[in-house]
Amino acid sequence: MRLELERRGEQSRVMTVLSPVIAIGLTLVAGAILFLLAGIHPAEGIYTYFISPVTTAYSAQEVLVKASPLILIALGLSLCFQANVWNIGAEGQYTLGAILGGWLALAFGNFSSPLVLPAVLVAGIAGGLLWAAIPALLKTVFRTNEILTSLMLTYVALLLLDYLVRGPLRDPAGFNFPESALFGPSAVLPTLASGGRLHLGVLFAFGLAIIMAFAMPTTLKGFQIRTIGQAPKAARFAGFGTNGMILFVFLVSGGLAGLAGISEVSGTIGQLLPVISPGYGFTAIIVAFLGRLNPIGIVFAGLIMSISFIGGEAAQIRLGLPIDVAKVFQGFLLFFILACDTLIYYRLRLLKPRAAT
Amino acid sequence: MTGTTKNGAHDVPLLEARGITKQFGTVTANDTVDLVVREGEIHALLGENGAGKSTLVKILYGILEPNAGNVLWRGEAIRLRAPADAQALGIGMVFQHFSLFEALTVAENITLALPRDTSTREVARKVRAISAEYGLPLDPDRHVYRLSVGERQRIEIVRCLMQNPRLIIMDEPTAVLTPQEADKLFETLIRLAGEGCSILYISHRLEEVKRICSTATVLRRGKVVAACDPRKETAASLARMMVGADIDDVKPPGEHAFGPVRLSVAGLSTTPEDPLGTALHDISFEVRGGEVLGIAGVAGNGQEELFEALSGIVPVRRPETMAIDGKPVGRAGINARRRMGAAFAPEERIGEAAVARFKLSENILLSGHETEGVVSGGFINARGARTLATEVIERFDVRVGGPDPEAGSLSGGNLQKFVVGREMRRAPGVVVLSQPTWGVDAGAAAVIRQALIDLAAQGSAVVVISQDLDEIFQIADSIAAISHGRLSAVYPANEMDMEKAGLLMGGVHASETGEAVDAA
Repeated sequence: MRLELERRGEQSRVMTVLSPVIAIGLTLVAGAILFLLAGIHPAEGIYTYFISPVTTAYSAQEVLVKASPLILIALGLSLCFQANVWNIGAEGQYTLGAILGGWLALAFGNFSSPLVLPAVLVAGIAGGLLWAAIPALLKTVFRTNEILTSLMLTYVALLLLDYLVRGPLRDPAGFNFPESALFGPSAVLPTLASGGRLHLGVLFAFGLAIIMAFAMPTTLKGFQIRTIGQAPKAARFAGFGTNGMILFVFLVSGGLAGLAGISEVSGTIGQLLPVISPGYGFTAIIVAFLGRLNPIGIVFAGLIMSISFIGGEAAQIRLGLPIDVAKVFQGFLLFFILACDTLIYYRLRLLKPRAAT
Repeated sequence: MTGTTKNGAHDVPLLEARGITKQFGTVTANDTVDLVVREGEIHALLGENGAGKSTLVKILYGILEPNAGNVLWRGEAIRLRAPADAQALGIGMVFQHFSLFEALTVAENITLALPRDTSTREVARKVRAISAEYGLPLDPDRHVYRLSVGERQRIEIVRCLMQNPRLIIMDEPTAVLTPQEADKLFETLIRLAGEGCSILYISHRLEEVKRICSTATVLRRGKVVAACDPRKETAASLARMMVGADIDDVKPPGEHAFGPVRLSVAGLSTTPEDPLGTALHDISFEVRGGEVLGIAGVAGNGQEELFEALSGIVPVRRPETMAIDGKPVGRAGINARRRMGAAFAPEERIGEAAVARFKLSENILLSGHETEGVVSGGFINARGARTLATEVIERFDVRVGGPDPEAGSLSGGNLQKFVVGREMRRAPGVVVLSQPTWGVDAGAAAVIRQALIDLAAQGSAVVVISQDLDEIFQIADSIAAISHGRLSAVYPANEMDMEKAGLLMGGVHASETGEAVDAA
């Protein structure tokens, strides 16, 4: 008896939905084994990671706050990935958004005007967009591999932020700590409920997901993006300019990553620090795939990822596990999701041995 | 019962397949197929596209395993788990699509497929010996990208012969050859058969099967429907066996006068972006309303580049190089040309003309987003696109599994009817098609060809770039051939014959074939 993968005529709609669910199930099983090996009761481990973060109002808010940059970035990345453009540098675009927006916020100081916040946000978007324009132009003009350039630019961006908060943007009254001054009140994203942690950035993420869920299947732009990704020659035949599309998806995803960056520093942190992300830009790659490159799927995937981040912190405190275990979980998940995707295009069949003759 | 004698006893066939069944999901590609190949015979395996010929030979070559049935070699049951098993027995195969590395030499390509310690120089020596012995001219030190398709096929044949095969399987070997190259191939095959090597010859070209094959097994929808001696059959009777019904003849265009020039090309030259591509040299022709121009040629002689230039996928520098209805369009992109009433159907069905994972209604959008009124203000009118898809499906009798299936779920012939039908729908004034019936079953091919003739009869200019000379002679009013990026003069179809066309395809131009007669 043996297993055989058999190509399906059409992709399976059931499996498109089921494959992430199976992947999450397998991740839990693999996680349980991991906990066993570490001498922790699997049920307790999984409860701490995946259930405890949503049991209190405070941590549930925290889940939303951490999910929103993931969702924002993943929405942009989903455009790139659908067009077969591999923007791996969202972390850098996020950082540049935070830098440019944060720089403008600091320049405004305590100047008060309702226009300050929009200007800061636009600067953030522009920062991410410009950073994404570099690999996009390198790809369209010189055919450079965007995976390498966008990834390498991430480290440039991270070091740039590190330099700025230790140098030019360091708070003069900050006792030489490597951090900027706090942003003025009019440059801070307002919270949604007084005293809560939820800020306007959370709305950006969820609102944008809804807009994209509507626009992707109904607009010609969405169709063009899918065509380029599915069959570049067909896109040429359709007369969709390939270079223009590459620029478009790169710039949009960079802009969204930049928006996530400025929302994080302006809404959650309130100043520039040497480290402003637990790796949102990279985790968002997993979120995009886990969400099937579908805006609504990405919202769910972002929430799940965010839960694992918060759960990781809880596990560090309660179980004494290193925070990096959360990353191991994320790795598991990406691995299983990619494996399970095979089931969308293939069905698994058990073959009986042929009767001997 | 099993045969027990071995080696050459006359009643024991070289290869026998019994009750071969192979299923892919719900599709049964082979349904209890029996096949007997005797020593030294050229055995034709006939059938339309999708009849199950390729599946059967893949099983015989060890690429696929059957769900049921077994294979006997000289009367003994064998199990072929991989091509290596088949090769060990002496079964060789020449594929329709060659697997060659263009940047390597002939000898290097052959060495790659041999055990690791084989030296390239040794291989080169053997290649020379075999090519001299069988009259298959092939220089082992040449790089593959410099070779014609016919020469590339010779590499595969020589690669096969180096293993001293007892049975060679050839999958549509003449599809890519000029008539003259095909003649040479037939000589080689007849000679091999004379030496006792059996040949399993897959084809749907009936004339050549009648010419060289002594036995034929006919497949239809996965089943063996007939076994016969093709020399005793007529092409029409063989076709009936393949299709299971008479195929409607394409009605020749009635006498009609040509209208004004609708598409003109003057001095079109290009340099390919791809270093392995073909440059076009000074191509000029005119097509009038009501005229079907057939451009013959062996694959890889610049057809792709010509299609890209004519369609505007790759615009050229000078606007006046090409004109549609008198307006220069050289620099215009494909959508601008579509807006001027032109339509295009590229060679690759899946991946260029259509996207496999898109529904048919979405595939309507590919070429129709500018001209079919299915996009307004950047939003897609999905219902409108579905209506158009349904219209094409009905008018061209596209067989579909559901109301709006994914393109990839259609058979090649049905998808091609859809692709051509999509362009015909708005009665384009100029239409350029590349290999419109390549790999399409006879029924679908007849529908497509008829649609082209009818379109021309309404006053449109039709350009058909095709490797299939039969097709060109069937539908074209005037004929030219492309070779090494140069286009021959255009001749009226009634002044052309197979031989002359073959010479033009081989690059022997006007001065050598008689005076150029521009179809005036």
